[in-house]
Amino acid sequence: MEISPDSWVLWDWRDWQLTATVAFTWLVMTILVTVSWLITSRLSEGETVSRWQVMLEVIVTTIRDQIKEVGAEDPNRYLPFIGTLFLFIATANLLTVVPGYQPPTGSLSTTAALAICVLIAVPLFSIVRRGVGGYLRTYLRPSPFMLPFNLISELSRTLALAVRLYGNVMSGTVIVGILISVAPFFFPVLMQLLGLLTGLIQAYIFAVLAMVYIASASRAQPGRDKDPDTETELADTEGD
Amino acid sequence: MDPNLWIAMISILTAGLTIAIGSIGPALAEGRAAAQALQAIAQQPDASATITRTLFVSLAMIESTAIYCFVVAMILIFANPFTDLATQATGG
Repeated sequence: MEISPDSWVLWDWRDWQLTATVAFTWLVMTILVTVSWLITSRLSEGETVSRWQVMLEVIVTTIRDQIKEVGAEDPNRYLPFIGTLFLFIATANLLTVVPGYQPPTGSLSTTAALAICVLIAVPLFSIVRRGVGGYLRTYLRPSPFMLPFNLISELSRTLALAVRLYGNVMSGTVIVGILISVAPFFFPVLMQLLGLLTGLIQAYIFAVLAMVYIASASRAQPGRDKDPDTETELADTEGD
Repeated sequence: MDPNLWIAMISILTAGLTIAIGSIGPALAEGRAAAQALQAIAQQPDASATITRTLFVSLAMIESTAIYCFVVAMILIFANPFTDLATQATGG
Protein backbone atom coordinates (compact mmCIF):
# COMPACT_ATOMS: atom_id res chain seq x y z
CA MET A 1 0.00 0.00 0.00
CA GLU A 2 1.21 3.48 -0.81
CA ILE A 3 1.26 6.10 1.88
CA SER A 4 2.20 9.03 -0.29
CA PRO A 5 1.56 10.24 -3.85
CA ASP A 6 5.34 10.47 -4.27
CA SER A 7 5.56 6.84 -5.33
CA TRP A 8 3.00 7.31 -8.12
CA VAL A 9 5.11 8.25 -11.15
CA LEU A 10 3.08 9.67 -14.01
CA TRP A 11 5.83 10.31 -16.51
CA ASP A 12 9.38 9.09 -16.71
CA TRP A 13 12.06 10.51 -18.99
CA ARG A 14 15.72 9.64 -18.41
CA ASP A 15 16.49 10.89 -14.89
CA TRP A 16 13.40 13.04 -14.68
CA GLN A 17 10.33 11.73 -12.96
CA LEU A 18 7.02 13.51 -12.81
CA THR A 19 5.37 12.27 -9.64
CA ALA A 20 1.71 12.70 -8.82
CA THR A 21 2.67 15.15 -6.07
CA VAL A 22 4.21 17.59 -8.52
CA ALA A 23 1.49 17.12 -11.12
CA PHE A 24 -1.33 17.74 -8.66
CA THR A 25 0.52 20.71 -7.17
CA TRP A 26 0.64 22.20 -10.64
CA LEU A 27 -3.05 21.43 -11.06
CA VAL A 28 -3.93 23.26 -7.84
CA MET A 29 -1.69 26.19 -8.81
CA THR A 30 -3.31 26.38 -12.26
CA ILE A 31 -6.79 26.36 -10.78
CA LEU A 32 -5.96 29.08 -8.25
CA VAL A 33 -4.19 31.31 -10.78
CA THR A 34 -6.79 30.87 -13.52
CA VAL A 35 -9.77 31.50 -11.27
CA SER A 36 -8.28 34.56 -9.60
CA TRP A 37 -7.02 35.93 -12.94
CA LEU A 38 -10.44 35.47 -14.56
CA ILE A 39 -12.16 37.20 -11.66
CA THR A 40 -9.74 40.07 -11.17
CA SER A 41 -9.57 40.89 -14.87
CA ARG A 42 -13.22 41.96 -14.72
CA LEU A 43 -13.42 43.83 -11.44
CA SER A 44 -16.03 46.57 -11.25
CA GLU A 45 -16.86 49.27 -8.78
CA GLY A 46 -20.24 50.12 -10.26
CA GLU A 47 -23.78 49.20 -9.36
CA THR A 48 -23.61 45.64 -10.64
CA VAL A 49 -20.94 43.41 -9.21
CA SER A 50 -20.50 39.91 -10.51
CA ARG A 51 -21.07 37.12 -8.04
CA TRP A 52 -17.51 35.85 -8.54
CA GLN A 53 -16.16 39.21 -7.45
CA VAL A 54 -18.35 39.08 -4.36
CA MET A 55 -16.95 35.63 -3.57
CA LEU A 56 -13.39 36.85 -3.93
CA GLU A 57 -14.08 39.91 -1.78
CA VAL A 58 -15.60 37.74 0.94
CA ILE A 59 -12.56 35.44 0.93
CA VAL A 60 -10.04 38.29 1.04
CA THR A 61 -11.82 40.29 3.73
CA THR A 62 -12.32 37.19 5.88
CA ILE A 63 -8.65 36.29 5.70
CA ARG A 64 -7.74 39.89 6.49
CA ASP A 65 -10.04 39.95 9.52
CA GLN A 66 -8.62 36.68 10.79
CA ILE A 67 -5.07 38.02 10.44
CA LYS A 68 -6.07 41.11 12.37
CA GLU A 69 -7.62 39.04 15.14
CA VAL A 70 -4.46 36.99 15.56
CA GLY A 71 -2.63 40.14 16.49
CA ALA A 72 -1.04 41.82 13.50
CA GLU A 73 -1.51 45.57 13.37
CA ASP A 74 -1.16 45.80 9.61
CA PRO A 75 -2.96 42.87 7.97
CA ASN A 76 -2.29 43.96 4.38
CA ARG A 77 1.40 43.32 4.86
CA TYR A 78 0.82 39.64 5.67
CA LEU A 79 -2.24 39.05 3.49
CA PRO A 80 -0.44 37.78 0.35
CA PHE A 81 1.67 35.20 2.16
CA ILE A 82 -0.86 33.93 4.69
CA GLY A 83 -3.72 34.06 2.19
CA THR A 84 -1.74 32.08 -0.37
CA LEU A 85 -0.83 29.44 2.20
CA PHE A 86 -4.46 29.07 3.27
CA LEU A 87 -5.93 29.03 -0.22
CA PHE A 88 -3.35 26.58 -1.55
CA ILE A 89 -3.74 24.09 1.28
CA ALA A 90 -7.52 24.43 1.36
CA THR A 91 -7.84 23.89 -2.39
CA ALA A 92 -5.39 21.00 -2.32
CA ASN A 93 -7.37 19.31 0.46
CA LEU A 94 -10.87 20.08 -0.81
CA LEU A 95 -10.20 18.74 -4.32
CA THR A 96 -10.21 15.22 -2.84
CA VAL A 97 -13.90 15.09 -3.79
CA VAL A 98 -12.70 14.66 -7.39
CA PRO A 99 -12.14 10.94 -8.10
CA GLY A 100 -8.57 10.02 -8.97
CA TYR A 101 -7.14 13.06 -7.25
CA GLN A 102 -4.47 12.57 -4.61
CA PRO A 103 -3.89 15.59 -2.35
CA PRO A 104 -0.30 16.88 -2.78
CA THR A 105 -0.38 17.84 0.90
CA GLY A 106 -0.41 14.10 1.64
CA SER A 107 3.28 14.04 0.76
CA LEU A 108 5.90 15.10 3.27
CA SER A 109 7.82 16.93 0.54
CA THR A 110 5.01 19.42 -0.09
CA THR A 111 4.29 20.12 3.55
CA ALA A 112 8.01 20.42 4.34
CA ALA A 113 8.33 22.97 1.54
CA LEU A 114 5.43 24.97 2.94
CA ALA A 115 6.86 24.81 6.46
CA ILE A 116 10.26 25.97 5.21
CA CYS A 117 8.51 28.92 3.54
CA VAL A 118 7.17 29.83 7.00
CA LEU A 119 10.63 29.30 8.55
CA ILE A 120 12.11 31.80 6.08
CA ALA A 121 9.20 34.22 6.19
CA VAL A 122 9.36 34.70 9.98
CA PRO A 123 12.82 36.39 10.01
CA LEU A 124 12.08 38.26 6.77
CA PHE A 125 8.92 39.92 8.07
CA SER A 126 10.56 40.54 11.41
CA ILE A 127 13.68 42.16 9.93
CA VAL A 128 11.61 44.37 7.64
CA ARG A 129 9.61 45.45 10.66
CA ARG A 130 12.21 45.83 13.39
CA GLY A 131 15.64 45.65 11.77
CA VAL A 132 18.27 42.95 12.09
CA GLY A 133 19.18 43.86 15.67
CA GLY A 134 15.59 43.88 16.81
CA TYR A 135 15.00 40.48 15.26
CA LEU A 136 18.11 38.91 16.77
CA ARG A 137 17.14 40.29 20.16
CA THR A 138 13.94 38.20 20.13
CA TYR A 139 16.12 35.14 20.63
CA LEU A 140 17.33 36.52 23.97
CA ARG A 141 13.90 37.65 25.00
CA PRO A 142 13.07 36.30 28.44
CA SER A 143 16.76 35.93 29.27
CA PRO A 144 19.96 35.04 27.37
CA PHE A 145 19.81 31.54 28.85
CA MET A 146 16.85 30.83 26.61
CA LEU A 147 18.89 31.18 23.41
CA PRO A 148 19.36 27.45 22.71
CA PHE A 149 15.74 26.72 23.49
CA ASN A 150 14.57 29.49 21.18
CA LEU A 151 16.73 28.06 18.41
CA ILE A 152 15.40 24.55 19.02
CA SER A 153 11.83 25.78 19.07
CA GLU A 154 12.40 27.55 15.74
CA LEU A 155 13.31 24.22 14.13
CA SER A 156 10.92 21.98 16.02
CA ARG A 157 7.90 24.08 15.21
CA THR A 158 8.82 23.93 11.53
CA LEU A 159 8.96 20.15 11.79
CA ALA A 160 5.69 20.19 13.71
CA LEU A 161 3.97 22.28 11.03
CA ALA A 162 5.13 19.92 8.28
CA VAL A 163 4.35 16.66 10.07
CA ARG A 164 1.00 17.87 11.38
CA LEU A 165 -0.38 18.72 7.95
CA TYR A 166 1.17 15.63 6.35
CA GLY A 167 -0.08 13.30 9.08
CA ASN A 168 -3.61 14.62 8.99
CA VAL A 169 -4.02 14.44 5.23
CA MET A 170 -2.15 11.14 4.92
CA SER A 171 -4.18 9.54 7.70
CA GLY A 172 -7.37 10.41 5.82
CA THR A 173 -6.09 8.77 2.65
CA VAL A 174 -4.81 5.68 4.47
CA ILE A 175 -7.99 5.19 6.49
CA VAL A 176 -10.12 5.41 3.35
CA GLY A 177 -7.79 2.89 1.70
CA ILE A 178 -8.10 0.48 4.63
CA LEU A 179 -11.88 0.89 4.87
CA ILE A 180 -12.35 0.21 1.15
CA SER A 181 -10.93 -3.26 1.69
CA VAL A 182 -12.88 -3.85 4.92
CA ALA A 183 -16.27 -2.16 4.47
CA PRO A 184 -16.68 -0.81 0.94
CA PHE A 185 -19.19 1.72 -0.46
CA PHE A 186 -20.60 3.42 2.61
CA PHE A 187 -17.99 4.02 5.31
CA PRO A 188 -15.28 5.35 2.97
CA VAL A 189 -17.70 8.08 1.86
CA LEU A 190 -18.30 9.11 5.46
CA MET A 191 -14.57 9.17 6.13
CA GLN A 192 -14.04 11.27 3.00
CA LEU A 193 -16.59 13.77 4.32
CA LEU A 194 -14.69 13.86 7.60
CA GLY A 195 -11.50 14.28 5.57
CA LEU A 196 -12.94 17.40 3.89
CA LEU A 197 -13.61 18.93 7.31
CA THR A 198 -10.16 17.96 8.58
CA GLY A 199 -8.52 19.34 5.46
CA LEU A 200 -10.19 22.73 5.79
CA ILE A 201 -9.41 22.94 9.52
CA GLN A 202 -5.79 21.99 8.89
CA ALA A 203 -5.49 24.68 6.21
CA TYR A 204 -6.89 27.20 8.69
CA ILE A 205 -4.56 26.03 11.44
CA PHE A 206 -1.50 26.10 9.21
CA ALA A 207 -2.26 29.69 8.21
CA VAL A 208 -3.10 30.78 11.76
CA LEU A 209 0.06 29.21 13.20
CA ALA A 210 2.22 30.81 10.49
CA MET A 211 0.61 34.14 11.34
CA VAL A 212 1.14 33.60 15.08
CA TYR A 213 4.82 32.82 14.52
CA ILE A 214 5.30 35.87 12.31
CA ALA A 215 3.35 38.14 14.65
CA SER A 216 5.23 37.01 17.75
CA ALA A 217 8.58 37.64 16.05
CA SER A 218 7.69 41.01 14.56
CA ARG A 219 5.58 42.67 17.20
CA ALA A 220 6.74 46.24 17.73
CA GLN A 221 8.37 46.56 21.15
CA PRO A 222 11.59 48.47 20.72
CA GLY A 223 14.21 48.02 23.39
CA ARG A 224 12.28 46.75 26.38
CA ASP A 225 10.20 43.84 27.53
CA LYS A 226 6.54 44.33 27.00
CA ASP A 227 3.66 44.32 29.38
CA PRO A 228 2.27 40.79 29.77
CA ASP A 229 -1.25 42.19 29.53
CA THR A 230 -0.74 43.19 25.92
CA GLU A 231 -0.05 39.63 24.85
CA THR A 232 -2.73 38.22 22.62
CA GLU A 233 -4.18 34.97 23.75
CA LEU A 234 -2.79 33.09 20.78
CA ALA A 235 0.80 33.99 21.50
CA ASP A 236 0.69 31.45 24.30
CA THR A 237 0.37 28.61 21.85
CA GLU A 238 3.55 29.46 19.98
CA GLY A 239 5.89 27.19 21.89
CA ASP A 240 4.87 23.88 20.40
CA MET B 1 14.34 -17.43 12.29
CA ASP B 2 14.49 -15.10 9.30
CA PRO B 3 15.51 -11.59 10.43
CA ASN B 4 12.86 -10.01 8.19
CA LEU B 5 10.19 -11.95 10.03
CA TRP B 6 11.52 -10.74 13.35
CA ILE B 7 11.58 -7.16 12.11
CA ALA B 8 8.02 -7.44 10.82
CA MET B 9 6.77 -8.94 14.08
CA ILE B 10 8.44 -6.36 16.29
CA SER B 11 7.39 -3.52 13.96
CA ILE B 12 3.74 -4.47 14.06
CA LEU B 13 3.80 -4.91 17.83
CA THR B 14 5.55 -1.57 18.29
CA ALA B 15 3.20 0.19 15.88
CA GLY B 16 0.22 -1.01 17.89
CA LEU B 17 1.82 0.06 21.15
CA THR B 18 2.77 3.44 19.65
CA ILE B 19 -0.80 4.26 18.72
CA ALA B 20 -2.27 2.77 21.90
CA ILE B 21 -0.02 4.57 24.37
CA GLY B 22 0.48 7.67 22.27
CA SER B 23 -3.21 8.45 21.92
CA ILE B 24 -4.01 8.30 25.65
CA GLY B 25 -2.46 11.67 26.45
CA PRO B 26 -3.91 13.64 23.53
CA ALA B 27 -7.35 12.08 24.11
CA LEU B 28 -7.42 13.18 27.76
CA ALA B 29 -6.04 16.59 26.87
CA GLU B 30 -8.53 17.18 24.07
CA GLY B 31 -11.37 16.21 26.36
CA ARG B 32 -10.18 18.68 28.97
CA ALA B 33 -9.72 21.44 26.41
CA ALA B 34 -13.17 20.92 24.91
CA ALA B 35 -14.81 20.79 28.34
CA GLN B 36 -13.11 24.00 29.43
CA ALA B 37 -14.04 25.73 26.20
CA LEU B 38 -17.69 24.68 26.54
CA GLN B 39 -17.71 25.98 30.10
CA ALA B 40 -16.19 29.27 28.98
CA ILE B 41 -18.73 29.63 26.16
CA ALA B 42 -21.56 28.92 28.61
CA GLN B 43 -20.28 31.62 30.93
CA GLN B 44 -19.45 34.15 28.23
CA PRO B 45 -21.51 33.53 25.08
CA ASP B 46 -20.30 36.84 23.62
CA ALA B 47 -16.72 35.64 23.45
CA SER B 48 -17.65 32.39 21.69
CA ALA B 49 -15.98 33.38 18.41
CA THR B 50 -12.61 33.96 20.04
CA ILE B 51 -12.94 30.89 22.24
CA THR B 52 -13.86 28.68 19.30
CA ARG B 53 -10.92 29.90 17.24
CA THR B 54 -8.47 29.40 20.09
CA LEU B 55 -10.02 26.01 20.81
CA PHE B 56 -9.49 24.85 17.22
CA VAL B 57 -5.87 25.95 17.22
CA SER B 58 -5.16 24.33 20.59
CA LEU B 59 -6.94 21.13 19.57
CA ALA B 60 -4.76 20.93 16.49
CA MET B 61 -1.63 21.43 18.55
CA ILE B 62 -2.70 18.79 21.07
CA GLU B 63 -3.70 16.44 18.32
CA SER B 64 -0.33 16.79 16.62
CA THR B 65 1.19 14.59 19.33
CA ALA B 66 -1.18 11.80 18.35
CA ILE B 67 -0.46 12.50 14.69
CA TYR B 68 3.27 12.08 15.30
CA CYS B 69 2.57 8.67 16.83
CA PHE B 70 0.39 7.79 13.86
CA VAL B 71 3.11 8.80 11.39
CA VAL B 72 5.68 6.72 13.28
CA ALA B 73 3.32 3.74 13.28
CA MET B 74 2.69 4.11 9.54
CA ILE B 75 6.44 4.30 8.86
CA LEU B 76 7.00 1.18 10.95
CA ILE B 77 4.37 -0.77 9.05
CA PHE B 78 4.58 0.49 5.46
CA ALA B 79 8.01 2.07 5.07
CA ASN B 80 10.21 0.34 7.59
CA PRO B 81 13.83 1.34 6.87
CA PHE B 82 15.27 -1.73 8.60
CA THR B 83 13.67 -4.25 6.26
CA ASP B 84 16.01 -3.22 3.42
CA LEU B 85 18.94 -3.28 5.82
CA ALA B 86 18.21 -6.85 6.86
CA THR B 87 17.72 -7.95 3.24
CA GLN B 88 21.08 -6.45 2.30
CA ALA B 89 22.82 -8.02 5.29
CA THR B 90 21.53 -11.52 4.58
CA GLY B 91 21.56 -11.34 0.79
CA GLY B 92 24.86 -9.54 0.29
